[in-house]
Amino acid sequence: MKYLFLVFLTIQFSANARTIVVCKSCSIKTIKKAVSLASDGDKILVKKGYYKETNIQVSKMIQIIGESSPTIDGMNKTESIFAVKATNFLISGFLFKNVGVSYTKEIAAIFISKSRNFTVKSNSFSNVFFAIILQDCKFGVLLSNKIKGTAKSESSSGNGFHLWKCANIRIEKNTVSGMRDGIYLEFVNKSHISNNTSLNNIRYGLHFMFSNNNEYHHNEFKQNGAGVAVMFSKFIKMHHNTFHFNWGAASYGLLLKEINDAEITDNYFEQNTIGINIDGCNRITYSNNHFIRNGWAIKFTGGCYANLFEYNNFQHNAFDLSYNSRLNDNKFEANYWSEYSGYDIDKDGIGDVPHRPVKLFSYIVNQTPETLVLLRSLFVDIINFSEKVSPVFTPDNLIDARPIMKPINQ
Amino acid sequence: MLKILKYSIYDLLRSRWSYVYFIFYLMLSFSLFFLNSDIDKAIITLMNVIVVLTPLIGTIFGVMYYYSSKEFTELLLAQPIKRSKIFMGQYIGISLSLTLSLVLGVGIPFVIYGLFKSAAVFDFTLLLVVGAFLNFIFVALAYNIALSINNKIKGFGYAILMWLTFAVIYDAVFMGLLIHYNDYPLDKFTLIATMLNPIDLSRILILLKLDASALLGYTGAFLQSFYGTNMGLIVSLSALSMWIVLPILRMSSKLKKKDF
Repeated sequence: MKYLFLVFLTIQFSANARTIVVCKSCSIKTIKKAVSLASDGDKILVKKGYYKETNIQVSKMIQIIGESSPTIDGMNKTESIFAVKATNFLISGFLFKNVGVSYTKEIAAIFISKSRNFTVKSNSFSNVFFAIILQDCKFGVLLSNKIKGTAKSESSSGNGFHLWKCANIRIEKNTVSGMRDGIYLEFVNKSHISNNTSLNNIRYGLHFMFSNNNEYHHNEFKQNGAGVAVMFSKFIKMHHNTFHFNWGAASYGLLLKEINDAEITDNYFEQNTIGINIDGCNRITYSNNHFIRNGWAIKFTGGCYANLFEYNNFQHNAFDLSYNSRLNDNKFEANYWSEYSGYDIDKDGIGDVPHRPVKLFSYIVNQTPETLVLLRSLFVDIINFSEKVSPVFTPDNLIDARPIMKPINQ
Repeated sequence: MLKILKYSIYDLLRSRWSYVYFIFYLMLSFSLFFLNSDIDKAIITLMNVIVVLTPLIGTIFGVMYYYSSKEFTELLLAQPIKRSKIFMGQYIGISLSLTLSLVLGVGIPFVIYGLFKSAAVFDFTLLLVVGAFLNFIFVALAYNIALSINNKIKGFGYAILMWLTFAVIYDAVFMGLLIHYNDYPLDKFTLIATMLNPIDLSRILILLKLDASALLGYTGAFLQSFYGTNMGLIVSLSALSMWIVLPILRMSSKLKKKDF
C-alpha cells in the first residue's frame, strides 16, 4: 500500500502527465489505441460505451479508468481482454463480458503477470472464463470487484480470482459467485483476504494450496459446492469468517488438509454437512468458533496431533465430533456443548463432570457409513448413553474436563 | 358400528387419560416453540418424541382399553350386532381419540405461533400424518395381541415386547446386519428394511424431508432418490397403510373363530 500511495502521488503531481479520453465520438475510439499512445504516468479515461476489444497489452505505468462503467466485450474469443505486465498501474470501473472458454490456455478478463504495485478495483465481470489471473505478482490490491459467472461444470469453467506464485496481495471487499473456485491461491504468501463474499461457486468458495503466512478474515462463504479448502499450507490465520449452508453429500464448511500451526478463531459455521473436516493437521488453535446445526461440527479423518480446542460453541449439531482412532493427542477444554448433561453445583460456570463429545454412534458411522439411516432412532440413543457411562470404543481420554455451562457470546 | 364408535369415543373423552395425553403434547410443543424459535429444530425434537412415544401410548391404550372394557364388550356380544362391527367401532374410537389428542396438542401451539405461513407447514403436516398412522397401526397391533391372549398380564407383556421390538430391537438387528455385511452393496436392503418397520419408515420419511439426506451420504442419496419423489411418498404411505390393513384383517379372522 505504501508503495502504491507514493506512486500515485508522483503520478498526480508530475507535470507532464496527460489524460487520454476514449469514447465513441472522440478521436481515440479504442482502449488499445489509447494504451499505445500513453506513456508512463498518463491516465486513460474511458467514457461510457460498449467496446469490443481483446488482447490489450499494457506494459506502462498508467491508470485506466472507466467512467460510469463502460462495457468491454471479449466476444468469446480465447484471448484475455487485458494482458498486463507492468508496475504501478490501476484498472478500475469497467464491466467485462464474454471471455471465451479455453481448455489449453488460462485466459482471463484481466491477466496480470510479473507485475508489482498495482490496483484493480470496482470492476464487474460477467460470463468470463477466469476473471482475474495473477501470475508471479507482488504488492497488488484487488478491491471491490464483482464477479458473476454461470459455471456449469468444473472442467469448462474458471476461477474468480486465480493467483499463482504471488506475495503480499490484498483481496478485499469482492463478491464472487457462480465460478468454479471463488478465490484460488497457489504458492501465494503473506497475503490478506478480507471482507469478501463467495457464494454459489460450483467447487470451492476459497481454495488455498501451498500458500503460507496468509490471513483471511471477515469473509462470507455460502452455498458453495464443496465449501472452503485450505491445503498444504503453514501459518495461516483464519478469523471472523462465516461458513454457512454448504450443504450436500460432499460439502464442507472448511476442509483442512495438511495444515500446520494455524489459528482458527471467531468463525461461524452454520448448517454445513461437515463444519470442519480435519485431515493431518497439527498444532492448530481453534478458539471462539461457533458450530451451529451442522451435520458434523468437526470430523477428524487423519492423524492430527497437538490441536487445541477452547471456548468454542457446539450447538445442536447432529454430531459434535467424529474421531477415527482410539488415540487422542488433541486437547478440548472449556467449550460449550449444547448436549452436555452435567451440572454445576458450585455455580462457577464450569461443569463439574467432564463431557465426552464423541458418541458411540459416530464411531459406528465412521466404520459403516450405511448405519446413518438409524440416526435419531431410540436404539441409537440407548447405545450412546451406555457408551457415555462406560466408554469402550471411543478414546477415553477424549474429554472436555471443564465444559462451560453457557454459550460464549457471538 | 357408528354407534359403538361414538360410544367408545365418548367413553374415552370422559376418561382422564386422553386429556392427560392431550395436555402433554400441548405443553411439549408450546415449550418447544417457546424455547427455540427455530421451527426445523422444534420439528426434529417433536419427531423424536412422536416416533417413539405415539407407538408406545397407542399400544398401551389399545391393550388397556380392550381389557378394561372386556365385560361390557361381552355384554354387547350378546346383542344381535356383528362382532366385527363392535371391535372395529372400538378400534377406530381409540385410534381417533388418540389422534385427536395428538393433532390438537401439537397443532394448537403451531397455529398460535403463527407458523402456518412458514415453509415448515408441509413438514409439519407430514409429521401429523405420520403420527396419526402410527396411532392407527399400533392400536391395531395391540388389539391383535389382546384378542389373542386372554391373560391380562401376559397380554400387557406381549404388547410392550411388541413395541420394544419395533422401537429398539429391530434397529439393533438392522444395525448388526449393516455392520456385518458391510462389504456388500446394502442400499436395496436398507430400503426394504426401513419399509418393513413402521417406526423406521416414519422416522426416515421425516428426516429426509428435513434435509438430513445430505448427512447420509451415498445411502442418503439413494434413499432420497426413492422417498424424495412423489412415487416414494405414495409407496411409503401405502406401506404404512398395509400396516393398518394387515392387522385388521387378522383381527377379523381371529374374531370369527374366537370363543368369548
